[in-house]
Amino acid sequence: MVIFDKPHALADVPLHYCPGCTHGIIHRLVAEVIDELGIEGKTVGIAPVGCSVMAYNYFNCDMIEAAHGRAPAVATGVKRALPENIVFTYQGDGDLASIGMAETVHSAARNENITVIFINNAIYGMTGGQMAPTSLPGQITQTSPYGRDVNHCGYPIKICEMLSTLDGPEYVARVAVNNVKNVRAAKKAIKKAFENQVNGLGFSLVEVISSCPTNWGLTPEKALEWVESKMIPYYPLGVYKDRHADSNE
Amino acid sequence: METTQYLIAGFGGQGILFAGKFLAYKGLTDEKNVSWLPSYGPEMRGGTASCSVIISDSPVGSPIVSKPDILIAMNLPSLDKYEDSVAPGGIIFLDSTLIERQVRRTDVTVYRVPATQMASDNKIPTLANMIIMGKVLAVTGQFDDEAGVTAGLKKVISAKRSDMLDVNLNAMKLGYNA
Amino acid sequence: MADKVLMKGNEAIAEAAIIAGCRHYFGYPITPQTEIAAYMAKRMPKIGGTFLQAESEIAAINMVYGVASTGLRVMTSSSSPGISLKSEGLSYLAGADLPSFIVNVQRGGPGLGGIQPSQSDYFQATKAGGHGDFRMIVLAPASVQEMAELTVHGFDLADKYRMTSMILADGTMGQMMEPVSLDFKIAEPVEKPWATTGTQMKREHNIVNSLFLSPDVLERTNFERFKKYDTVCENEVMYEEYMMDDAEICIAAFGIAARVSKNAIVEARKRGIKVGMIRPITLWPFPEKQFAAAAEKVRAFISVELSMGQMIEDIRLAVNGKAPVTLCNRVGGMIPSPDEVLDAIIKVSEGGNN
Repeated sequence: MVIFDKPHALADVPLHYCPGCTHGIIHRLVAEVIDELGIEGKTVGIAPVGCSVMAYNYFNCDMIEAAHGRAPAVATGVKRALPENIVFTYQGDGDLASIGMAETVHSAARNENITVIFINNAIYGMTGGQMAPTSLPGQITQTSPYGRDVNHCGYPIKICEMLSTLDGPEYVARVAVNNVKNVRAAKKAIKKAFENQVNGLGFSLVEVISSCPTNWGLTPEKALEWVESKMIPYYPLGVYKDRHADSNE
Repeated sequence: METTQYLIAGFGGQGILFAGKFLAYKGLTDEKNVSWLPSYGPEMRGGTASCSVIISDSPVGSPIVSKPDILIAMNLPSLDKYEDSVAPGGIIFLDSTLIERQVRRTDVTVYRVPATQMASDNKIPTLANMIIMGKVLAVTGQFDDEAGVTAGLKKVISAKRSDMLDVNLNAMKLGYNA
Repeated sequence: MADKVLMKGNEAIAEAAIIAGCRHYFGYPITPQTEIAAYMAKRMPKIGGTFLQAESEIAAINMVYGVASTGLRVMTSSSSPGISLKSEGLSYLAGADLPSFIVNVQRGGPGLGGIQPSQSDYFQATKAGGHGDFRMIVLAPASVQEMAELTVHGFDLADKYRMTSMILADGTMGQMMEPVSLDFKIAEPVEKPWATTGTQMKREHNIVNSLFLSPDVLERTNFERFKKYDTVCENEVMYEEYMMDDAEICIAAFGIAARVSKNAIVEARKRGIKVGMIRPITLWPFPEKQFAAAAEKVRAFISVELSMGQMIEDIRLAVNGKAPVTLCNRVGGMIPSPDEVLDAIIKVSEGGNN
């Protein structure tokens, strides 16, 4: 009897992510949801530029690799062309909250019927650990070697809080994958974000607080503790906007 | 091979581009080669507006009219700006309500039409452009074919505003008889 | 001419695109091409298409990238500063071998420049559309009819070669009205098995991508793409020759510069100067063989441009030193008058007699 199997939507290839990185968990959650909703055959995923740039190799659905930050615009094009298909983007914090901020905000404002999976690990991973728009005050990175000085380079951007001020988006939630309980909650939020699209409700974004042991300079275990003690207090988990909260319960 | 180059100029809101479009459509219904080129940009908003119209038996080369055979000047700045550019032997039509001064050129024919006054007198204040256009057609012998004039008008007036057809035609008749 | 309608060049592009089967348009307002967006905004909702005003030129070109990935016909239009913003997307479109159709109704530059007609994006369009080794098919209409025809042709070429084709027009071409016949032959639709339309669980997943981290793979990809470009150069050159049979002087001009030059040529001929013109219709691929052949017959070339001299470099390369090539130009939104071109012709003509 098989009690634990790879989701069909997740390709059977080795992932390139660092040991302890939580991209693998989130990939699996997305793939499980695609399987459970039976939508793999009509799903088109958009990969970002960043650590998950090669996500196009990891999902079995059709995939597009977008320019840095432009995934929501590419997704807009795909969804407008193929409104019956399911379109999701998978983006990191530099991609979504820095260079692609305009695309993020405007696709949310248009309530574009897409699903956005936003990985916030407070650092640029692929380029070797530079300060991200979500790096915490005081956080040491390659480009903030003395700690992020908010007087010099400003404050972190809280995407969920910001997007929830817009009339446009359907669903905005923040989750984490640092323990089993949070992983379960994350799966639920991701599933809802896809279901919303299936039901034609519109723009749904799930911010997943993630870890980067390599660039944080921590062991995988310590990195998860850092998520709990530093990240989650600054980025509180929860549902920030859910236009159909009542009708869904 | 005959080519007539028109330059129509005035201020924004006088219907300069519309008058030019009418000429171009009239040319099209007459099975001529035509081009219509407006000035564009911020000057559209209240400044000087102008448009180049070329009607020709042969394919049109440059659509830019720099030496008009016919200048239609709807205000003084337009006459000041373009008087010298008119081809020798050309014609200047001007709105004498708004242009008091005489034309200095002696090698051109001038028709002064008090178009703005006539438009006001006939309670069609926005149609000075078509009154002067009526004069242009009269002088150039193009009004003989009223069906052609109506056909041109029909193309430039949108279907939604077909009630404006007769109003425009009557305005042109005023100019024709002026 | 009963079937002809008077249209602005910009409107002719929009209507021709719809006739060519384009149902998706994304753009951002910029003078002097806004009529295209306005036309699309009116028409697309009525024919089941999409018009979307994007938040930026960058977003618009990436929406184009998204639709192109699904294999449907799609376009965006802009003017010079906006095309600069799109150049990132143009490079990605090339890197992912996606068909797309782009319109640049040029205005004077650099920087914010002006809004009057210009041809100073020639280099950008033909040589440097973005980072990396790639080409775009560049079409240069010289009439409203050609604005429409080259739009339909541009879509066909884009699909045929899986690359971007660009209309390089100018403010005059966009704003002028001329009679247009919209009776086009549309090419057979091209199969696009590579499109990301969903696997339907019936095939391996398709990937639209421009990332190739192995240098040998990226090199191979580039070599293959350039073989395709060679085919384009072989098959798709378009040009018009005007009074070249006995010409001793050859004008080279495209778009509005060619229209002005025709007037000057007629005048010069009246004065007994044997002058003709080669008008490139494709700026890339450039009609280099035609210029090389002309260099065997004529004694001088004049490049008439609304730029500081950009196309002249391609003419010189094609002519390869066999005849002098001089420049007659106005810039910044100014257009050379027929008299200015005539003066240039007379000067070259007299210079040759010395």
